[in-house]
Amino acid sequence: MLKRFLASREILLLGAIVALLVVIATRFPAFVAPSNLADVFNDTSPLILLAIGQMIVILTKCIDLSVAANLALTGMVVAMINVAAPGMPIVVIIMIAVGLGTLMGMTNGLLVWKLQIPPIVVTLGTMTIFRGIIFLISDGKWVNSHEMSSAFKAFPRADLLGLPVMSWTAIIAVILFTIVMTRTTMGRSFYAVGGNPHAATYTGIDVGKTQFRAFTISGALAGLTGYLWVSRYSVAYVDIAGGFELDVVAACVIGGVSIAGGIGTVGGALLGALFLGVIKNALPVVNISPFWQLAISGSAIIIAVALNARANREKGRIILKTAEHAT
Amino acid sequence: MKRRNFTKLVAGLSLVASMMGTTAMADDMRIALVVKALGIGFFEAAAKGAEEAAAELGGVEIIYTGPTDTTAEGQIEVINSLIAQGVDAIAVSANDTDALVPTLKKAQQRGITVISWDSGVAQEGRQVHLNPSSNALIGNMIIKLAADHLPDGGDVAVLSATTTSTNQNIWIEEMTKVMGNYPGINVVATVYGDDLADKSYREAQGLMQSYPDLDAIIAPTSVGIVAAAQAVADAGKIGEVNVTGLGLPSEMAGAIESGASKSFAIWNPIDLGYSAAMIAHQLATGAATAEPGAEISIGRMGTITLDDTNAAAMADPFVYDSSNIDDFKSIF
Repeated sequence: MLKRFLASREILLLGAIVALLVVIATRFPAFVAPSNLADVFNDTSPLILLAIGQMIVILTKCIDLSVAANLALTGMVVAMINVAAPGMPIVVIIMIAVGLGTLMGMTNGLLVWKLQIPPIVVTLGTMTIFRGIIFLISDGKWVNSHEMSSAFKAFPRADLLGLPVMSWTAIIAVILFTIVMTRTTMGRSFYAVGGNPHAATYTGIDVGKTQFRAFTISGALAGLTGYLWVSRYSVAYVDIAGGFELDVVAACVIGGVSIAGGIGTVGGALLGALFLGVIKNALPVVNISPFWQLAISGSAIIIAVALNARANREKGRIILKTAEHAT
Repeated sequence: MKRRNFTKLVAGLSLVASMMGTTAMADDMRIALVVKALGIGFFEAAAKGAEEAAAELGGVEIIYTGPTDTTAEGQIEVINSLIAQGVDAIAVSANDTDALVPTLKKAQQRGITVISWDSGVAQEGRQVHLNPSSNALIGNMIIKLAADHLPDGGDVAVLSATTTSTNQNIWIEEMTKVMGNYPGINVVATVYGDDLADKSYREAQGLMQSYPDLDAIIAPTSVGIVAAAQAVADAGKIGEVNVTGLGLPSEMAGAIESGASKSFAIWNPIDLGYSAAMIAHQLATGAATAEPGAEISIGRMGTITLDDTNAAAMADPFVYDSSNIDDFKSIF
């Protein structure tokens, strides 16, 4: 039991993050100060939120490349709403953000479910469409910090028991989705659908519908993150979070989520996101030439995934030995 | 039957379209304004200026276009399609000095007038390059903006765009040349935010951590300066770290208001788009030739004189601070 625990990919990844922090600390000790680590966590919160959604989608053998565009569109819409109606309560803004994100996620899900289009094609398409819609509604203009109301900007920064609300959002999402993924029928059905779609169908799980649900959750989280992102950086424009979908997928892969579906945990996605977050935040302070930074980030991802793949090589568990040999 | 009708309809439509196309071509000179990426306030303002020039000249149609992200590949695609459309002139703000050259050479071979403005391409790729200001002047301006608020000297850091951004690299180089005129001011680091809000924010945070005594961040890029100002405000360092550099009044109004930035500079993009369109028109009509020493009249902006590399500077950058920001923030 202990051996299995020690060999689990979460523990390995946690070890890698700690090792990374130690290396960083030798070059820049202030980085591992608790307050700075809290800042790093806060900075990584959007990535954590999106990685949880992405993990669920990947579990069902799909991929959602539209998350960053969804985030950007939701962010732009709520920012424009805020400019038009500065008095609108933040609760309503958040509800709109989550609702809009959900709607975009459902669009992806419906296309995958009802029209049976491969998810990578669907989300590549919707990714471009969402960015295009931002152009249409904003006319290519920025929404700037002086146009946003102070309440709109203050929410993710508000201090609650020593941590900003943005960090709490990520923590709550991690707890909530850990429960959903391990303790609910819906959560388990994501694993079933990705692990073996045929078997899932035979047990009465609608594969398409489950994928639709996964996209919906991913969309809702992207919508929520859209508001948090725009509010945190106090600016909304077409290109915000450009290329961020790749970071999100990378976080999942580093976190041991199998691209083939069926394998992955919320904890893994969390650690994968934190691993990337630590690298992103450390590179500016460890005095490495900016010309090397991209290469270093990339290598770190590949090394992490390679280690992960090795660690997981014999993870497969055969439930029905006879059936396995029969095929 | 249905299908045949449809085919006829399409044929008819395309005939009408092609006729309309030819009439438009005969009447109007078409000048394409190719920008680094669509959706950037600065370039939207430049397009406004170009439209103003078109209205003044008459018989000129401005095609405002560009890729959706700041890549050379995207611009090459856009330019290829413009060549196919047979525009009369292309005025481009390049994402890469060299990558666009082959495509732009092709355009010139087809008789299209090619100029670059704002961010230049290598000399063989264009006939004329219009700098918004002189690089030396901008380099001096960005360090002056920081130094003006540091009478006793201090540590400053540069937050640039990408490591390969033509503009920023030249300005930083020019800034380094005049550092001797600002005794007591030390540039402690140059970092790159890649013109992404989140990365720039993180880099600015990193600067404040690495250099606790930092007095100013110079960001000669509009995304970087906004992100740095936000990072300074969030770190509670307003008054300690002054964010300055180049930015747009509408985007920087919040930072000036909060005090995170005391002043910043930018040329007027409307004037820039206007001048680019004017030059393209002058060259395309043959009213001016692109050769060293040539003088080209650019309407209300006066005249420019081409230097040895067929480049010219439009005007000095303009400083914005709390006294004038309100007048400009609604313009661009």
